[in-house]
Order: sequence, then C-alpha cells, then structure tokens
Amino acid sequence: MTELTLVQAVNRGLQQAMRSDPDVLVLGEDVGLNGGVFRATEGLQKEFGADRVIDTPLSETGIIGTAIGMALYGLKPVAEIQFLDFIYPAFDQIVSELAKFRYRSGGQYPCHVVVRAPYGAGVRGGLYHSQSTEAYFAHTAGLKVVIPSNPADAKGLLLTAIHDEDPVIFLEPKRIYRSVTGEVPDGDYRVPFGKATVLLEGSDVSLFAYGAMIHPTMEAAQSLGAEGISAEVIDLRTLVPLDEKAVLASVEKTGRAVVVHEAARFCGFGAELSAILAEKAFYSLQAPIARVTGYDTPVPYALENSYLPNASRIAHAARAAARAE
Amino acid sequence: MAKATAPKAVDPVATDDFPEDRLLEIYRTEVLARLMDDRCITLQRQGRIGFYVPHSGQEAAQVGCGYALDPGDWLFPAYRELALALVRGVPVKSLLDQFMGNSADLTKGRQMPNHYSFRDQHFVSPSSPIGTQITQAVGAAMAARRRHEPIVTVAFFGDGATSSNDFHAGLNFAGVYDAPTIFFCQNNEWAISLPRQQQTRTATLAEKAAAYGFPGVVVDGNDVRAVFRAVRTARARAIAGHGPTLIEAQVYRFGPHSTSDDPHRYRPEDAVRKAREQDPVLLLQAELIRRGILTDASNAKIWEELKAEVGHAIEAAETTPHLDPLSFFDDVFAQRTPALEEQRASFEQSAREGVQHP
Repeated sequence: MTELTLVQAVNRGLQQAMRSDPDVLVLGEDVGLNGGVFRATEGLQKEFGADRVIDTPLSETGIIGTAIGMALYGLKPVAEIQFLDFIYPAFDQIVSELAKFRYRSGGQYPCHVVVRAPYGAGVRGGLYHSQSTEAYFAHTAGLKVVIPSNPADAKGLLLTAIHDEDPVIFLEPKRIYRSVTGEVPDGDYRVPFGKATVLLEGSDVSLFAYGAMIHPTMEAAQSLGAEGISAEVIDLRTLVPLDEKAVLASVEKTGRAVVVHEAARFCGFGAELSAILAEKAFYSLQAPIARVTGYDTPVPYALENSYLPNASRIAHAARAAARAE
Repeated sequence: MAKATAPKAVDPVATDDFPEDRLLEIYRTEVLARLMDDRCITLQRQGRIGFYVPHSGQEAAQVGCGYALDPGDWLFPAYRELALALVRGVPVKSLLDQFMGNSADLTKGRQMPNHYSFRDQHFVSPSSPIGTQITQAVGAAMAARRRHEPIVTVAFFGDGATSSNDFHAGLNFAGVYDAPTIFFCQNNEWAISLPRQQQTRTATLAEKAAAYGFPGVVVDGNDVRAVFRAVRTARARAIAGHGPTLIEAQVYRFGPHSTSDDPHRYRPEDAVRKAREQDPVLLLQAELIRRGILTDASNAKIWEELKAEVGHAIEAAETTPHLDPLSFFDDVFAQRTPALEEQRASFEQSAREGVQHP
C-alpha cells in the first residue's frame, strides 16, 4: 500500500498496465515529454519511450480515430483527452465508431479503447474546463462509463478498464486530483465494473453519487448524522454497467432517495436513476425522489461554487426527503 | 513512431510487376462487379433488398488497387468497394447475405446493405459517416509498425470525404508519424449532388497531400495498370518506412449515389454519356478482344457464366434462414450487461404475452 493522490493513482495504474502488457500504449496531447497537463502521464515516456507514450498533434478526432485503428489491430490504446470539454471533435469517432464497431461488424471487430478525460467543475475552469457530460456517453449503446471517486478506485478501475474487452470512457474528477489522497494497493489489482460501494451505511435516506460529488455527499451525511438522520451513501463507481441491485437494495431499506451529480439536471444521469427507482422501487418509496445537481446552465466561471452541489444543498434535500411523511 | 527528421531517401520505385498473366482474371472480376451492380439495383427495385450503393465506373480503380496489395494488408473501406471485396476473394453469396441481412450475414443484419465486413480478408467494417475510416487506417498502420509487421493499411474514400474532419486529421497524423498508409481516393466527381468543383478550390485532390508533407499522385482510374502501378509504388514506399501516399484515382460515378437518389435532379445525362465512353470494364474488354485474348463468343460466355453465378447466389441467399430475432441484443458488449439481459428477457416475455415483434 502507498499513500497517493488520485492523479498519482491514475499514473501508477497506467505504469502498471504498461509494465505488464507491451500492447498497452498511451496517446494524447502533451502526454509525453510534458507528462500531461495534470501530470497523469508523468514519467511514462521516459520509462516506455516515445513510441508507447505518443505526443499527438492537436486533434481529438485524430487521437480517437488512430486509437481505434490501433485497437482494431490488437493493441490496447489508452487515449487521453486533455479536458472532457474538448472531446467533441472526437464525438463522431466515439459514438459512431468506437461504440459500434463490435456490434456493426457482427462481433468480428471488437474495439477496445480506453478514453481517459478529466471532467467536472471546481477548478475555476469556466465553461470549457468544467463540464460533466457523462450522460452523453452513458446514453450511447456500446460504451462503458466509469467515474472513480478516490485513489484506490482510480487505479483499480483503470486497470480493469485497460484489461476489459469493451470501450471505456474513464472520467477523472480533476477537482480532487490532488485534494484527495488515500492508501492504494501496489502492483496489479482490479476493481470490478458494475459494483457500487456502500461508503456509509444508514437507514433513513439513501444518497447516490459518484466522482467528485462523493466528497460533499459524505460531508452532508456526517452533518445529517449529527442531527439524528442516518444517511446511507452509495458510490456508483460505474454508470455503465450500473449496479442496479445495490441501488434498489438501499432504497428498499431506507425508502428515501437523493441523487447527486454536478452535471446539469435535465436528462442527466440522475433522471435515469430516478426512473429506475420509480419503476422498480415505487412501493418502497416513502418520499419523492430528490435530485441535487448542477443547474441547466453552462458552468459559470466566477459563480461556479453557486452552481455546484455542496454539502449544505445535499443535506437540505436529504433532510426534506427523510422528514417527508 | 517519432517523426523522421532526416531528408527522405529516394523513394523506392516498384518494378513494373503488373500481372499480365492474370489479365483475364482481372477482367472477370470487373465483369462480376458490374453484373452485381445491375442485378442488385433490380433486387432493390423489386423490394428484395432494402437499399444498394452502386459502384459502376469504379471497377478498374478498385480491382487495380486490390491486385497491387498483399493479402495481409488491411483495408478500411467506405461503402462503395464491392469490386475490391471480390478481389479479396469474398464470395458473391456472402455479399448478398449482407444485403439481405440473413442468418449467414457475418455482420448479423446490423447495418444497411453495402456495409459488409470480412475479418478473414482484413476488410474492416465500414460506417455511413464520411471519412471516419481515414484516421482509423492510420492508427492500424502505426500498430502494425509497432509489431514489426510489414503490411500497409489502405483507407478508401471518395472526393466528398476530402472535406471531412478525419481526412485532415488522418493525413496529418500519417505525415507526422510516417505511417505506412495509402490514402486511396476514388474521385468519382460526385458527392451525392455536389460536383467535385464545388467540393474544393484545389485543381486536384492529390495536391492536398503537399500540406501534410508527403506525395500525392493523380492516376487515371479507368486504367487498371496505371492504378496498379501507383498503388505498388505507394506500397513499396510505405513498407520501406518512407511514409504515406495520397492517390487520387479519377473515375466517374455512372449511377446514382444510392438507390435512394435520383441524379437527374442535379446532373445532365450528357456528362454521364461522355464518361461512359471511358467505361473501364468495356475498355479492358476491347483490349482483350483486340489482342485476341478473347473472342466475341468467349467474351459472351464469360458474361453468361458470371450472370448465372450471381443468379445462383441470389437464390441461395434468399433461401438462407432468417436471423434469430434475439440476436440484436448481442455484440453491444463482449457480454450482455444486466440491463441488456433484462431488456432481452422482457422482449421474450412480451412476445409470449402476445406483443407483436415484427
């Protein structure tokens, strides 16, 4: 075990995968000599060479398109998109190509690319360095969508992603790249997809979150505890595949659900989660499902802290849910 | 994969190894491709297949290119590469299975006709969005080089695709990394209704290669030997580590963009008539007859034989069983997710309860 930040855990995950499998390679803008703008790929080019840690021209469709070609040929490329906000030039390659290759070829051409991208607000990044658009990808058949909330999961989920057989969109909460540290197992270890974790057990209300939002959610749960409200916190970890069993089991126990994400509300992932609860846990629910989310605005630069869900907003919603008769 | 900064060595020039001894086989492939177009357009009009993308006018370009490649080379086709698939040895029946989306279709009825794929022939799965295969071909070439496998990848696309994002990105990446890729552009003069002159201001498409730092060549796409030589040279260059080449094979799209298109709305018949004077299949036919390799009678026999072959394949494809309706839940992922399992089970259950699933 080693104490690491989340971004260091990502780095160790990449290093581990590259050491154990010569087919794994990394490509993206500034990932080589510069080690990535967030230093996620620090030291990798030095260890593995410029033909395995490839600095690319500034073209996201070029990065993902070539990564797809490498994957079709049998390599295991890990493509970095510098910010999730910059992924859209590659959207066609991701949703029309990467997501559909296995399907459209009748299984002849599996296409396993891991796309890593830092996402989310809280770093004063304004409209174009703050977005949280996981729903676009979760909505597309053929993509797995993974969002770690802590260093141990970041490394373990990344290693699972790299050794998976399907395309994975791996979204890293850049707001907590360095502010969250934790003990991370050394060597190769895998955190399975489709398994949520119960971070805090509770009996009065279920709080569902993922990625950076886990931290204000935990903070809210603690303050609720001080008020005598027992909140359960579930970290979804992977949106696709979703651990629906864990979601339903929690609400069957508590009867009350609060869904937290920083993405905009309308058609956000919380809408799907709420629909699942309405369809499958209706008779367990004792209060309306509450969503604590970003607003249906772009992420405002100077006022991003007003936009982002925080512990106070989450606790407020959870309190109302817990007390609803 | 780092950029070669040293001045480029003199390009290797392929020896003129056009397989003259296989000329009759080349001709038969072109004829078979032409006959497939004729029959498949009829099948579509009769409602026996849903859609079709004709390639008539582009046979020599595709066949010449196909013969210049090695079986290990990877092809990244668009959806108009039927003659190329035939060169690769894809059976006519397999193409028809895909057009009909039956249980023998290797792509399991997932895509519209003409989006066939054959892994054994390194014939990668195409999509409908334009140009996306260009960057993919570059990535596969980079991967092949990483594995020290002496193959090239070939991206097939048309004049319209030279305006796409991935044309720019793909050629740029290939130039930067000296990728062993051949960009094989069949300029058939029409991107649905838009003529080549309105697609770009440059005089040729090939000259765009200069912006990416590698050669671009124009070749008469109706001349199977000229195409063969251009591709052989590009291939030798790529294998020697000197990087990519853009080849513009100038052809003409005789038919509509697809069976959903009516070209009379945007182009004069005169232009088509004029282009048909350089029909690549008939040019080769005339040569073979002129040289005494074929007689009128032996030529007619070839057409009859191949027509019968297509007819038998159609019959066989039409009598091949339908797909299992539940198969459309497969291959989204390597294994079905719990959500997909649930949807599949619900599909089955609703059928038992009387819901119609046509």
